[in-house]
Amino acid sequence: MTKPRTMLEIAGLEKSFGEVQVLKSIDLKVQEGELVFVIGPSGSGKSTMLRCCNRLEEPTSGSIFIDGQRITDIPHRDLDRMRLKVGMVFQGFNLYPQMSVLKNVMLAQVKALKRSKAEAEARALEMLDQVGLKHKAGAMPAELSGGQQQRVAIARALALDPQVMLFDEPTSALDPELVGSVLKVMKGLREKGMTMLVVSHEMQFAREAADRVVFMDQGYVAEQGTPEEIFGAPKSERLKTFLSRVSHGDVEAEAD
Amino acid sequence: MRFLETFFNGQVILNYLPDLVHAMGVTLGLAAATIVTGILCGAALACLRVAGLKVVNFFIIVFADIMRALPPLVLIMILFFGMSSLGLNLSGWTVIYIVLSLVLAAFSEEIFWGGLTSIPAGQWEAGRATGLSRAQTLFHITFPQAARRGIPPLVNRVLATTKLTALGSVIGVKEILSVSSSAQSFSGSATPLTMAAIAYLIIFIPAVILSHWIERRYHFAT
Repeated sequence: MTKPRTMLEIAGLEKSFGEVQVLKSIDLKVQEGELVFVIGPSGSGKSTMLRCCNRLEEPTSGSIFIDGQRITDIPHRDLDRMRLKVGMVFQGFNLYPQMSVLKNVMLAQVKALKRSKAEAEARALEMLDQVGLKHKAGAMPAELSGGQQQRVAIARALALDPQVMLFDEPTSALDPELVGSVLKVMKGLREKGMTMLVVSHEMQFAREAADRVVFMDQGYVAEQGTPEEIFGAPKSERLKTFLSRVSHGDVEAEAD
Repeated sequence: MRFLETFFNGQVILNYLPDLVHAMGVTLGLAAATIVTGILCGAALACLRVAGLKVVNFFIIVFADIMRALPPLVLIMILFFGMSSLGLNLSGWTVIYIVLSLVLAAFSEEIFWGGLTSIPAGQWEAGRATGLSRAQTLFHITFPQAARRGIPPLVNRVLATTKLTALGSVIGVKEILSVSSSAQSFSGSATPLTMAAIAYLIIFIPAVILSHWIERRYHFAT
């Protein structure tokens, strides 16, 4: 059996905002094709960690490797090329409101990947089809529901052929009935072998679809394991407390 | 009858109509040149300000504040009379064009910049996260949104600034007001001034209508 390839590795990652140390030493590995779920209370640094992985936030110290390449010390002028390998999906979708859905998915393909317009359009339609929204290619973002917008945002990231996908609370801004459509797309991605790191409060989805669950608390990875281990047999007191709060529906009050 | 005779004297209208039509051309040309130059310079300054270079931004802010604070007539007189003392003879047309362009550049820089600061950080992040450079993100994603948000105040400012072409009458530019006011002196009739008012309406009412159309055309839901 061949050793699985490590797609994303975080080693000794620290991040401070001024005096406040948000990440206090994070170590995490994501293998190729793995879906790793990050859970934890608000303010535990989950999103910050994710945003360090494409350097939307600059780490204070530590290393991050994408497919073996250390991305934490590459110069600023090479950041754009690195980011093509790392797709990111935001809580707030962040579609470009002045462009059609198709143009949203085409823009970075043409401007950053330097694909021809025809090639970019074909790829965009293929990706929109994958998220079930090919028929909305001509629509403007404001005409779509939140769930549809988020699926377009996923298509926009996928169209660049990333090696890793980062999801920053992709369903937190959605009405409950729209969450399922986004999770379905994410499940489909997993079946296609996409490597994914997901920050989310969708515990049920984590149980069903995650290969591994990471519990973050106060800037550390406090516990990690399979969904069965994390949800079925939590070891630390903090994880137990967190899980009981979440199951009582208090997570909304805590969500940031 | 006295009223019509004063403000709508047929003979006076016939005498001065050709001059006034020509003057309308001058006003229109001056206005168009000012609008293009002023908006382009304002947009360029606002984009430059995004780069966040402290010294550059300091000068942009000082420029915008001074140009918005000074009465344009003061600048016009300084350039027209002051520069000729330095041996630099600028035509009246050039002086009006430069001053009004600078004023419009200052106001539109502030309008575009205000628009840019109102664009959510997520738009920048979405662009950067998909591998676009800061300049590409600005050019393709955030500036177009900022510009659309700026259209209503920009339209107001464009109309206000182009109306100031009438200041050309002070330094002998043959635009609408100066031509009609000298016609008024020569003819002793107020009719040329009526003609001037109508000429301004002919130019600016379509401009106002066009501006409503632009505001509707580039409005998008966010």
